[in-house]
Amino acid sequence: MKAGLALVSVMAVALPAAAADTVIQNATVLTVTKGMFLGSIVIRDGKIVDAGEKVMTPPGAKIVDASSHYVMPGIIDCHSHIAADSINEGSVAVSSMVGIEDVLNPESISIYRALAGGVTTANILHGSANPIGGKCVVIKTRWGKDAKGLQFEGAMPGIKFALGENPKRPGNPTPIVGVIAPAAPRYPATRMGTEDVIREAFTEARAYQKEWRIYNAKVERHEQAIPPRRDLKLEPLIEVLEGRRYVHAHCYRADEILMLLRVADEFGIKIRTLQHVLEGYKVAKEIAAHGAGASTFSDWWAYKVEAYDAIPYNAAIMMKKGVLVSLNSDDAELMRRLNTEAAKTMKYGGLTETEALSLVTINPAKQLGIEKRVGSIEVGKDADLVIYDKHPLSNYAKVQKVFIDGELYFDRDRDMSERQAREAKRKMLVERQAEQKKSGAGRQGR
Amino acid sequence: MKILLVWFAASLLAAEPPSAIAIRNARIVTVSGPVIAKGTVLIRDGLIAGVGDNIAPPPDAWVIEAQGLTVYPGLIDALSTWGIPPAAPAVVLTSSRTAVTTVRRSTSSPAEPVAHGPEERPNTNSWIRAADLVTADDSRILSGRNAGFTAAVTFPTTGIFGGQGALINLSGDKHRMVMATPLGQYCSMATTAFSTYPGSLMGVVAYIRQVYLDAAHYQIARTAYEKDRTAPRPDYDRAVEGVLESPRVLLPAGSAVQLERMARFAAELKLNAVLYSAHEAYASAAKLRGFGYPVLVSLRWPERARDADPELHDTLRTLVLRDQAPSSPAALAKAGVKYALYTDGISAREVPRAVKRAIDAGLPPADAVRALTLNAAEIYGIADRLGSVEKGKIANLVVTSGELFQPSTRVKFIFIDGVKYEPVPEPPVTERTGGTAAAPGESPSPDNPPNFGGVR
Repeated sequence: MKAGLALVSVMAVALPAAAADTVIQNATVLTVTKGMFLGSIVIRDGKIVDAGEKVMTPPGAKIVDASSHYVMPGIIDCHSHIAADSINEGSVAVSSMVGIEDVLNPESISIYRALAGGVTTANILHGSANPIGGKCVVIKTRWGKDAKGLQFEGAMPGIKFALGENPKRPGNPTPIVGVIAPAAPRYPATRMGTEDVIREAFTEARAYQKEWRIYNAKVERHEQAIPPRRDLKLEPLIEVLEGRRYVHAHCYRADEILMLLRVADEFGIKIRTLQHVLEGYKVAKEIAAHGAGASTFSDWWAYKVEAYDAIPYNAAIMMKKGVLVSLNSDDAELMRRLNTEAAKTMKYGGLTETEALSLVTINPAKQLGIEKRVGSIEVGKDADLVIYDKHPLSNYAKVQKVFIDGELYFDRDRDMSERQAREAKRKMLVERQAEQKKSGAGRQGR
Repeated sequence: MKILLVWFAASLLAAEPPSAIAIRNARIVTVSGPVIAKGTVLIRDGLIAGVGDNIAPPPDAWVIEAQGLTVYPGLIDALSTWGIPPAAPAVVLTSSRTAVTTVRRSTSSPAEPVAHGPEERPNTNSWIRAADLVTADDSRILSGRNAGFTAAVTFPTTGIFGGQGALINLSGDKHRMVMATPLGQYCSMATTAFSTYPGSLMGVVAYIRQVYLDAAHYQIARTAYEKDRTAPRPDYDRAVEGVLESPRVLLPAGSAVQLERMARFAAELKLNAVLYSAHEAYASAAKLRGFGYPVLVSLRWPERARDADPELHDTLRTLVLRDQAPSSPAALAKAGVKYALYTDGISAREVPRAVKRAIDAGLPPADAVRALTLNAAEIYGIADRLGSVEKGKIANLVVTSGELFQPSTRVKFIFIDGVKYEPVPEPPVTERTGGTAAAPGESPSPDNPPNFGGVR
C-alpha cells in the first residue's frame, strides 16, 4: 500500500511541465488526411490547436521558421523490435505470458535513431519464434523518458502470432558453436502443427474463460468459491477472444494466411494485422473480407524460401483491393528511412503522394487503433510532427526537427553541435580512468 | 602448520571467554547515536551491557585499555555468499549495467531438465535455506572477520529463485553461526536462451510474476481447505512454499533502467522488495525514493577488464558508469533512500578501498559506516540485535587503530557474541566461484594482494 501511494507521487513528478506554445511557420504542410498547404501549425499543451494557411499566433509562442521546409505527421512503424532487452521467448510454442512492456529499454540508441528518421510511434513486437508469441507494446520515441514514459498511453495492447518457418522448431540440424545452438526439437515442426497450437491454445483459453465465468457467477450469488488460479499465458488469449487485445500475425504465404483467417473465424476472433504478408496480394480479397490490416515491406524479399513469391506491387495491390495497408521496418536500420520505403510504392503500383505517405502515417495509426491521436496533421491530434528539408518522399530529404506531444525531441543542429562536447567528455573520462588505474596500483589495499 | 597453531590458540581463547569485558578509554562510534570521544563498552554474556563515557568496569570484568583505539559495531555484509559451499551447479554472471544475465553451466554439473512452462518451476530453488547449507569451513569467513566483518546475510544464489538467506556470524563456530532465518529470497535474472523456459529476460519476469500469483492463490486455497476439509485440497508446492516463507525478496537491479523496472515490478506485485547491485543508482536515486524500496549497492565497482583489448573504445555510457558508480551511495543517502553496501564477491580486504571510493565520491564517512552496519540491520529487520553499539545488542564489534576505511587503519580486535578475536594470518585460498556475481578469473585471492593487483 505504501509502495502504491509512493508510485502515484513518482508519476506526478514525471509529468512534463507545461511547455510554451509553439508555432511552426511558413512550412509546406503535408497533412495526409486534409491535403497540402503552405502555412503554419499551432501547438499548445502537446496538441495541434490550429493548422492552416493563416493562423493566429498566441502571445509568447516559440516560433519555428520552416521556410522551404516540409512538415508531415510523425511516422508510425507498425512492426519494430527496438528498445527492448529481449525479443523472443523461444522456449515454448505459446509464450503469451511474456510481454515487451516488461523489458522496454528507454536507453536503446535505436530509439534516437528512429526518432532522427522521423518515426514518432512504433509497435514493439515480440519475435516470431512461436505460433503464439508475447505481448506487444506501442511506444512513442520519447528519447530521454523512462520506460513508462515511452509507452503510448491508452493504446490497445497487442500480441504477436507467427506462421510459417520461424515458429517451427524441428531442431537446427547443424549447430554452429557460439552462433546457432542445437535447438531442442519443440512442437510444432510443421505448418500443420502451428495451426494446431493456435487452435489448442484458444480451446484452452475458452475453458479457462468458462472457469472464471462460473466463479464470477458464484460470487454474484454470494456462494463460497475459490477463484481459479490466474494463468498469465491464457489471460491475454481471453483478451483476444473478447476483442480487448489486437493480434499482429507474422506470415508470408497465402496458404498460411488463409489458414489463420479460418481459425480466427472459427473462434470468432479478429486478426488486427497480418505482418510481412508478402503473398497478401494473392489473397487480398479474403484479407479485406476478414477486416485484417496488412503491414508489409516495400521491396524486401527472397531472404528465405517462403519469401520468394513477393512482389513490390504487394502494398498497392492490397490497398486497391480494400485492405488497410501499412509499410513497416522490422529493423532498426530500415526504420530510419520509412519515408523512402513509402515513396517506392509510387513507382511500384502508382500510388499518389498522399497514398504513399498514408502507408507510414494514418494507415498504421488505424491498424494500431490510435488514429484519433496520431497519423495526420489535424486539429486536436497529438503534435507529433517531422520537419524535413525536402519533400519527405524524396530520397534526398533529411529530417531537421521532430516534435512529439509538441516537445522538440530531435533537432539536427543540436545533435551536430553536441557531438564535440560528447567527444571531449569521453576523452576526459578515458584519461581520468587511466590516471586512477595508475595511482590505484600504488595504494595500500587494507 | 604455524597457521594451524594460531587457529588452535584462537579457539582455546574462544572456548572460555571471560564473563565480562570492558573496553575502556576508547573512541566509540555507536552509529545509532553520537560518537563518544572517550568511553567504555561493557560486554557481558555476549551482549553489550553498557556504553558510555562514565561507565566503571565491574570487578569481574577483564579490561582492555583502548586508548587511541576506536570501537565500531561489527560490519555486516548485506548480501553475501560467505559460508555457502561452492557446490552450486552454475555460476550466475551479472553485468552491472545490462540487465541481461546469462548462466554459465559448469561442464561437470548435470544439465537442468528442459522446462516447458512455469508449472515446471524451472531454475527454482526457493525452498533451499542458507541456514541449512552454511559451513564454517569457508576461508572467506576468516577473511571477512579479519577485515572487521562480524556478520553476513548469506544466500544461496543459484537459479531464478536462489533460495532463502540467513544471518550468520563470522565466529567460525558452525553451531553458533546461524543467527536468524529466513531473511529473504534471492532472485536473479538468469536465462538459458531457447533451450528451456524461461529463455529470455521477459520470460524470467513473467515467470517470477506467475510464481507470486500462484503463491497468492495457494494461500487462498490452503486457507479454504483448512476451514473446510471438503474443499479441494491444494497440491503441495515447495517452490511456492519457499517464496511464502521469505519475508522479503531481493531483485537484481544494476542499471537505472533495471532499477526502475524492478521497482515498478515490485510495486505491481506488492512485494516487500530489496533492490540489489544498483551501480547506476546515482542516475535514479530521486525516483527510487518515490518507490520506497531499500537498495543494496555492490562494492564491486565497474572497471575496465584488465585483459580488455587496448584498441577497444568504451562507449561514453560505459565510461560515465565507471566514473559515477561509486557516487551511487552518496546519491541514495542524499535522496533519503535506505541503502546498504555489500561485498559482491570482492575479498574482504578490498572493502576499505572500495568504500573509500564511495567516500571520495561524496559519501560522508559516518554514512559509509552506517551503510555497512545499522542500515543493513534495518533493511533486514534485525536492528534489534545488530548494527550499532547499544546496550542490549549482541556484542559484535570491531576495534580499530583509526577511522574505518582509511588505508592506514588496522583492525585490532573483533568481537563476536562477546568473544574476542584478533586478525590472524589467512590460510591460502584456492580459487573458488563464490560471490553473487563473481566472474571467472575475478575471484579474490589473498595471494594476489590488491595493492599490487589493482581493483581487478
